[in-house]
Amino acid sequence: MHVAINAVGVGVLKDSLPILHDLTFGVEPFAITGLIGPSGSGKTTLMRSIIGVQQLTKGDLTVLDKPAGHPSLRARIGYVTQSPAIYDDLTVEQNMRYFASIVGAPSQIKSVLDQVHLTHQARQIAGSLSGGERARVSLAVALLGDPQLLVLDEPTVGLDPVLRKHLWELFAELTTKGKTVLVSSHVMDEAERCKNILLLRDGQLLHQGSRQALLSQTHTDSVEDAFLQLVEEHTNA
Amino acid sequence: MHSRMTLATARRVMQQLLHDHRTLALLFVAPCVLLGLLAWIYADTPGMFDRLGPPLLGIFPFVVMFLTTSITTLRERSSGTLERLLAMPIGKLDIIMGYALAFGTVGIVQAIIASMLALRVYGLDVAGPEWFLVVVALVDALLGMSLGLFVSAFARTEFQAVQFLPAFILPQFLLCGLIVPVAQLPHVLERVANVLPLTYAVQAMQEISLHVSISHTAYRDVGVVLLFVLAAIVLGATTLRRQTK
Repeated sequence: MHVAINAVGVGVLKDSLPILHDLTFGVEPFAITGLIGPSGSGKTTLMRSIIGVQQLTKGDLTVLDKPAGHPSLRARIGYVTQSPAIYDDLTVEQNMRYFASIVGAPSQIKSVLDQVHLTHQARQIAGSLSGGERARVSLAVALLGDPQLLVLDEPTVGLDPVLRKHLWELFAELTTKGKTVLVSSHVMDEAERCKNILLLRDGQLLHQGSRQALLSQTHTDSVEDAFLQLVEEHTNA
Repeated sequence: MHSRMTLATARRVMQQLLHDHRTLALLFVAPCVLLGLLAWIYADTPGMFDRLGPPLLGIFPFVVMFLTTSITTLRERSSGTLERLLAMPIGKLDIIMGYALAFGTVGIVQAIIASMLALRVYGLDVAGPEWFLVVVALVDALLGMSLGLFVSAFARTEFQAVQFLPAFILPQFLLCGLIVPVAQLPHVLERVANVLPLTYAVQAMQEISLHVSISHTAYRDVGVVLLFVLAAIVLGATTLRRQTK
């Protein structure tokens, strides 16, 4: 596998408004790629396209060597939406058991809950947990069944810094186990933890490639400064 | 369709119901209380409860299941869990049949409790076999469930879903033959009544209360209602879209 995700001229229109413009990029396998951009830049739409739940208006999108949305991909991708998609009226354990039975991985419930530090909350009703805890339940569900590609929409928003650091370590660990991780964030700081970066603004890619290349090309030392400079160049051009 | 996923979905829906005590109370107690009220209303009017009891024994579970199912499914859509499920290796029919199985089980229990109470405690007297009364009540509960599943696709909020009750259920209630026999309705309305499922549900109940053995009409009515159930389930499955524009 050359690239985990390959996009050629991908465009999405919603109610005849362009959300994504002609995106062409590749995502390196077995690494963390950050999809970074302000809110409203099209991150979620792009992620939904990769998952296959968003119809493309044009272009080709290949995910793990299959066209996006291919039925065989459903077992190979773990997806975490921005707001936790879990059953608030069930306990954490009941949530896990249901989703585990769908992907056929009931033996992984314990280890996955352990990975996201939720072992002690297993018996609690999901709706009674804090926002950060619910987000981690949602992440735990995505980890079930050993998916090769993890698509995580703002998984670390609102978390305690200690926990956030732990999750980034977890993502890094997953890449050493042969998984590809695509993480979106509107917080530029988070980009510092990613090997590669897709910088998105108004549905257009400002940068794709390694973070190092981004910093050296723009002669800056933070992704935030690089972003500002690229926007400036873009508006002047 | 995978039986493992259907069963897992049914178990999950049941667990959700078990956590929700008020809904459980609504499901089991409301039809019983309403039938009791009806028996009381006609306490001094001989024969009326025997005439109206059976149709309402079918209608109450129908309405309660319609409401519960449409709101539960709508909640699944709006909480994002449906989108998550559709991005996972589970079939649409697994989801729908899981719901059908869970609510069908609730429907069976509900139908048995309500019928037994009506027959043993409220003194309902029917000419036909009592077990068939339970069967028709169950089929009516399934009808409510499948229609609720279907219409939930057209509501965006729980508020809208509740509005489907007056918009979708009350016209059927007025035309089903309970207020005026279908044959005595104006011609156009009679034709409309003949394509509505509740008409057949109510007619099956009326047949049991009148005839000692199960009539052909009653069998046909149950068959028609089951066809509506099947159609609503299949249409419901097509409203679950894996992709959005």
